[in-house]
Amino acid sequence: MSAVPVTPHPVSADAAPAAPAAPRLLYKPAEVRTGWRVLPTRMAAMCAVEIQKLRHDRTELYTRAIQPALWLLIFGETFTRLRAIPTGGLPYLDYLAPGIIAQSAMFIAIFYGIQIIWERDSGVLTKLLVTPTPRAALVAGKAFAAGVKSVIQAVVVVIIAALLGVALTWNPLKLLGVALAVVLASAFFSCLSICIAGIVLTRDRLMGIGQAITMPLFFGSNALYPVSLMPAWLRVISKGNPLSYEVDALRGLLIGTPSHLPLDFGVLALAALAGIAGASALLGRLAK
Amino acid sequence: MTVTDSRQPAAGPDAEVAAIAVTGLVYAFGQTRAVDGIDLTVPAGEVFGLLGPNGAGKTTAIRAMTTLLKVPPGMIRVFGRDVARDRMGVRRLLGYVPQQLSADSGLTGRENVALFARVFDIPRRERAERVAEALEIVGLADVADRMAGTYSGGMVRRLELAQALVTAPRLLILDEPTIGLDPIARTSVWERIDDVRAATGMTVLVTTHYMDEADQYCDQLALMHKGLIRATGTPESLKRDLAAAWHDAGRDAEPTLEDVFRHFADSELLGDQEGGTFRDVRRSRHTASRVG
Repeated sequence: MSAVPVTPHPVSADAAPAAPAAPRLLYKPAEVRTGWRVLPTRMAAMCAVEIQKLRHDRTELYTRAIQPALWLLIFGETFTRLRAIPTGGLPYLDYLAPGIIAQSAMFIAIFYGIQIIWERDSGVLTKLLVTPTPRAALVAGKAFAAGVKSVIQAVVVVIIAALLGVALTWNPLKLLGVALAVVLASAFFSCLSICIAGIVLTRDRLMGIGQAITMPLFFGSNALYPVSLMPAWLRVISKGNPLSYEVDALRGLLIGTPSHLPLDFGVLALAALAGIAGASALLGRLAK
Repeated sequence: MTVTDSRQPAAGPDAEVAAIAVTGLVYAFGQTRAVDGIDLTVPAGEVFGLLGPNGAGKTTAIRAMTTLLKVPPGMIRVFGRDVARDRMGVRRLLGYVPQQLSADSGLTGRENVALFARVFDIPRRERAERVAEALEIVGLADVADRMAGTYSGGMVRRLELAQALVTAPRLLILDEPTIGLDPIARTSVWERIDDVRAATGMTVLVTTHYMDEADQYCDQLALMHKGLIRATGTPESLKRDLAAAWHDAGRDAEPTLEDVFRHFADSELLGDQEGGTFRDVRRSRHTASRVG
């Protein structure tokens, strides 16, 4: 390697009498790590950044808690009295809570592409693309970082729901399952968002498309009502909507309703993988 | 001032392999050929300046070298590695500071640098110390735990330098590193680069619009205009050649590097499609005086 010391440049040596003490490590080339460890280390790095940002500025955490709280408090409490939706004997609020966790996590993830566009515009993305990080690892890292953000959001909603008297499970294994479902679904939705970002390339267009698709995804799922209530055509759409599988898994794990956990996790994992593949392919368009 | 031997790194294994070898690089955006067939060799251990007016194709060339733009195999080699075939291998050797001031404003200075240490696989046991050293060397140790959003332009640029240097790159690529900085900040950026280079023998490729910087800090220069390399040489040789051309044209004056730059960039304003030759000197001087 090129760590051969040379005679110091006369100009700088003269002009910088108060030069800092000679660095011990900085002038040594870094070790090279390759192979399978690249992916987990990049994912850890991206998640660490996301957590650091949330630690510095918790505003987002608080403001984002308002909407799910209102859904549960107003919509949930009202519809609990109405008893209009067949929930199989559950109080409607209990039925609704997992749906709202999934929805609020999706809302965070679906606009994640805006952050990517911001990083592109600010030059941060460009610099990351020149690091030894395969695009798929970068996207996977970002996707799971979005998942971490969503899990923190989910914790907030779970606490609100518990305060409202929803009978949730406190089984740690099941809660771990909840976190996994939220991470996988967020990974999918954030990759969907990065894909859209890669296609439309501007923040404004992404905002428009994001807003246009969040409501259909939300209402076209089992988050608010059972799929069996839907007209036939909407039921078909719901079958292809990853949010439905996420809600099904969350409801099964948190409330204990009958669910299809292997199918749910299978679909969510596949959706996340497909999302990562699609977003990695489209990320290059943002780098140009 | 002459280019002294003290600027050259001691001969090492890299001495024979060029840091960057570009052969027939062409890159087009749609119909526009931003880079129109350039050949370029950046010797290892040198500070190499790529000069040229806005839109000359410098940034496109740099983006191709940093693997950001896809080019066919065989066009660019970085320390012998083909950027098209061994992207990861090339990126491991690079430190890159883009033209735009870019730091994550939602993180502290230290966290910004640590992110790059992480994605370059600096082992955990070395990470904190390397990051601290990188911040120290760019003079940001005292403000390392402040949010990068509160930094001034010069501080962000030094932070970016720390991000690039924390991985001990063999090739540092800087795209107009001092644009928009005050003279003191500019000097400070260059001094940091020079210190590290003196200690490590790192190669530096830099684009700049500041001819005084190019003259003072670069060992070699290439002048780019309209997607082509119009001249290469040391700052001295470029000035000497223009002086000779001026002398032939009956003009006795010492050209500065800025004159050299104007000579190659301005000759196009007269519709000279051939590119600059030293014969155009008088015409281009007229243009220069008219343009201001």
